[in-house]
Amino acid sequence: MISIVCAVFTGNVKPLSDAILTGASDAISLVISMAGMMSLWTGLLGIANKGGLTSALAQVFKPVVKHLFKEYPEDSPAIHAICMNITANLLGLGNAATPLGISAMKEMNKTNKNPSVANNSMVIFTVMNTASIQLVPTMMSILRQKYNSASPFEVLPSIWVSSFIALAIGVILAKLFEK
Amino acid sequence: MNTFSFYILPGVIGFIIIFGLFKKIPLFDTFILGAKDGLNSAFSIAPSLIGLIVAVSMLKASGAFAIITSLLAPIGNLIAIPKETIPLMLLRPISGSGALALVDSIFKSCGPDSFPGRVASVMMGSTETTFYAIAIYFGSVGIKSTRHTIPVALTADLTSFILSVLTVRLFF
Repeated sequence: MISIVCAVFTGNVKPLSDAILTGASDAISLVISMAGMMSLWTGLLGIANKGGLTSALAQVFKPVVKHLFKEYPEDSPAIHAICMNITANLLGLGNAATPLGISAMKEMNKTNKNPSVANNSMVIFTVMNTASIQLVPTMMSILRQKYNSASPFEVLPSIWVSSFIALAIGVILAKLFEK
Repeated sequence: MNTFSFYILPGVIGFIIIFGLFKKIPLFDTFILGAKDGLNSAFSIAPSLIGLIVAVSMLKASGAFAIITSLLAPIGNLIAIPKETIPLMLLRPISGSGALALVDSIFKSCGPDSFPGRVASVMMGSTETTFYAIAIYFGSVGIKSTRHTIPVALTADLTSFILSVLTVRLFF
């Protein structure tokens, strides 16, 4: 709507109607070019997941998670679900991470004193999920490949540094605001 | 940096296949099950992507984008953020496919290996759709007061954006 008004005022109506026509077909070619690589990736991750890689990695995070979520005992279902959610996010198993995250939230809410107000652990957990901790951002790499990037993966180190520091800042701030 | 990044994909694929063989998993069947999942999720975003990419290209063609960007450019200049990525920073926490549409248009006009293209890649890859995650997780258990979640999550996003510019400057 803004576009139409703006185009009339700036005299860009011809480019605007061209943009509508090409935009729609661009979208479909984007989806098609991504679909192949996305399937390959989720297929490979399916193998990793079935082989128990997710649960094995989840064990690695337990010591850290235990300290962040002190109100839950180490072997509680809440801690287990949190670890599994983190691992799924890390591997880029978005479809698996969300249900795991929801079950972690349900477990945490069981011991919540006021079930309509978030407790400290729930805030930290959600903040962790709003920060990206994906090792290989598949979509991004595919999109870079599509536009003939010389090296689609060259941005990964930057992504790791930037997302890790942002995650750390998020968790620290969440801890500071707890009172 | 460059040669290392070429090893990532073959390395990961090799590792997963060896891992699967070692664990005696029916490799191809499991692969197909997972691949179906990926295909579904790729096509499930198609309808929203059609709407959003058309909207983004309309905003661009009409000149509305140039106006918004030039209004916000002084803020960007302050911390040396490329002006092309400013709309991306505003949209990223709200809409994942909207942000993807913006990155697509940045790649198209500047190229993925340009400075704005690289910054946009890192911004997109190092953040999540913040409001979507908050809505899903708190919505699923009926929490009404999210307390300090939103300000903290948005500060983390802003940190990511600033670091995206810094790391791209540093590494390339």
